[in-house]
Amino acid sequence: MAKTLFQKVWDAHAVRKLPNGQTQLLIGTHLIHEVTSPQAFGMLRDLGLKVKFPHRTFATVDHIVPTNELKEPYSDSLAQEMIEALRRNTKESGIRLFDTTSGLQGIVHMVGPEQGITQPGMTIACGDSHTATHGAFGAIAFGIGTTQVRDVLATQTLSLSPLKVRRIEVNGKLAPGVYAKDVILHIIRDLGVNGGIGFAYEYAGTTFDAFSLEERMTVCNMSIEGGARCGYVNPDQKTCDYIKGRPYAPKDSEWAAVEAKWKSFASDPGCTYDDVRVYDAAKIRPTVTWGITPGQAIFIDESMPALETLQGGDLGTAEEAYRHMKLTPGKPIRGTKVDVAFLGSCTNGRISDLREVAKYLPGHKVKAGVKAIVVPGSQLTSIQAQKEGLDKIFIAAGFEWRGAGCSMCLAMNPDKLVGDQLCASSSNRNFKGRQGSATGRTVLMSPLMVAAAAITGEVTDAREIFKVS
Amino acid sequence: MSLAKITRITGRAVAVPGDDIDTDRIIPARYLRCVTFDGLGEHAFRDERFGPDESPKNHPLNLPSAKGAGILVAGFNFGCGSSREHAPQSLWRFGFHAIIAGSFAEIFFGNSTGIGVPCVCLSKDDLAALTSWVQANPQGEVTVDLEALKVNAGGKSYAATMPESARSVLMGGKWDSVAELLEGASAVDALAKSIQYIR
Repeated sequence: MAKTLFQKVWDAHAVRKLPNGQTQLLIGTHLIHEVTSPQAFGMLRDLGLKVKFPHRTFATVDHIVPTNELKEPYSDSLAQEMIEALRRNTKESGIRLFDTTSGLQGIVHMVGPEQGITQPGMTIACGDSHTATHGAFGAIAFGIGTTQVRDVLATQTLSLSPLKVRRIEVNGKLAPGVYAKDVILHIIRDLGVNGGIGFAYEYAGTTFDAFSLEERMTVCNMSIEGGARCGYVNPDQKTCDYIKGRPYAPKDSEWAAVEAKWKSFASDPGCTYDDVRVYDAAKIRPTVTWGITPGQAIFIDESMPALETLQGGDLGTAEEAYRHMKLTPGKPIRGTKVDVAFLGSCTNGRISDLREVAKYLPGHKVKAGVKAIVVPGSQLTSIQAQKEGLDKIFIAAGFEWRGAGCSMCLAMNPDKLVGDQLCASSSNRNFKGRQGSATGRTVLMSPLMVAAAAITGEVTDAREIFKVS
Repeated sequence: MSLAKITRITGRAVAVPGDDIDTDRIIPARYLRCVTFDGLGEHAFRDERFGPDESPKNHPLNLPSAKGAGILVAGFNFGCGSSREHAPQSLWRFGFHAIIAGSFAEIFFGNSTGIGVPCVCLSKDDLAALTSWVQANPQGEVTVDLEALKVNAGGKSYAATMPESARSVLMGGKWDSVAELLEGASAVDALAKSIQYIR
């Protein structure tokens, strides 16, 4: 019988049926970080349990790590304490930690792929909702809570029910200046922030075939913003080529067999989906959010929705969004004043994002009064960018060049908005208070759109500012 | 490990209406700077309840009746966004032992079930009716009955839904999954041996 990738990977990892009807599912690879794991280790200790398979868990620090202060002890003593706790816990359990001094530290969803830990056909769990990022490699990857982190540490399994699969097909070529970020914002705008509840999203079509692994990661990353806990792209030759030669990749002698196995996880032709949606890439334009959910998004040249056009819960959320964002229904989003520009995060903090922006930056300056920061997602990304001289291009344009981490995506470190500052952000969430100030405002967009906002001091169309064609 | 069998939760309720209330709103990220969940209760909905100067805002959780309330009535897609278990932990520590909504984000639902907080759904109309009743009767009693799958309030009974997998573990006192998962250890060992994708 023809199966989807989801079904194949699920079946391969199913241990047994549990009395409650759920499946005990083997979590092949587990990723942890400093914020959602300390309580889990505490629970293990309370129960007198040990980490079952330490070699299947990998750790790094990302959420709380300062990016403007690279020497320890950090002035933030709580951050120091949480990092120390992770060091202690991983050392006692024999878990590999990509620590701050390793040159390999970074956002957990970047470290996995960079190290070749993320591979097709795996089940991957992490105490972070953006774990679906790893789905770009044809893995079934999803976020879990801390009690479930404990379950994985203690048993390497979780109690779960299978998801339905929605195939989201995007076909055709994106216009210049339109990026993977615009594709996923467009999909979420269309299907809603709760449209994916109960589903895994399979992203397919010629647009995804043409995407690099990094572009695929940007899309899979934001599956959860559409309510889908998990999203993936079927593995192909590009997937294999990306992994080859990385530290945890299979050895060359096994390579041919491994490639064949990985590709065999791809959904079979003729398999049945619970739902199929099709989009035309050519119709997608640069997209920005105007509200407090990632689904409240419009093309840059559109006006924000008038309240009369909305109803029910959408109306209530929109009213709250307009109050919070201090924006006017029915008006264009273009021209909205920007205070801060943030380029980074597990959505758009990779080398291809930095390269794309750096290509257009020379000759431009960040507008006076705008605080613009670049936070490479990982140390490897940062090192690579510096090798290519990208850091100098950003600094010359007036951006601050920072250390690696999550930074202003969730503002657990000192990078925070102040008061009702408005941030043009390449991250994934525009929730109220998300960037560290309860009244702070976030407008999500692609990295190049963030750069355009930094330069003009307003939400604007990057294609015009940078003459993209 | 003996856990409570959760079949019925009765208490006063607080309604926090609105759709797509995310876990950042339930517990802002700065309160994740901790190595235990203790003390999170007082910070539930912190920035929705208090201004930057700590002055209380007009929020349902600031009503005198919220003190001692045991049931939260929310909207649709409640608990979306971040996977932080700190969100249900803070609500539980605030005193909510059951949550009624139109729908729940999946990770939040799983996190809540895992700590013994039942999350049940009502139809749109029933949720609106219950919300109005709770707002008008802050001292009134609401019952979440998992056995009958009903929410009872003000002499009315609303049909509730909840996945059977969650209902059975809550009612059976097996909502903390680790014991059950540990029982499968030998089967896990065998399967894990055959799936050695990283060495």
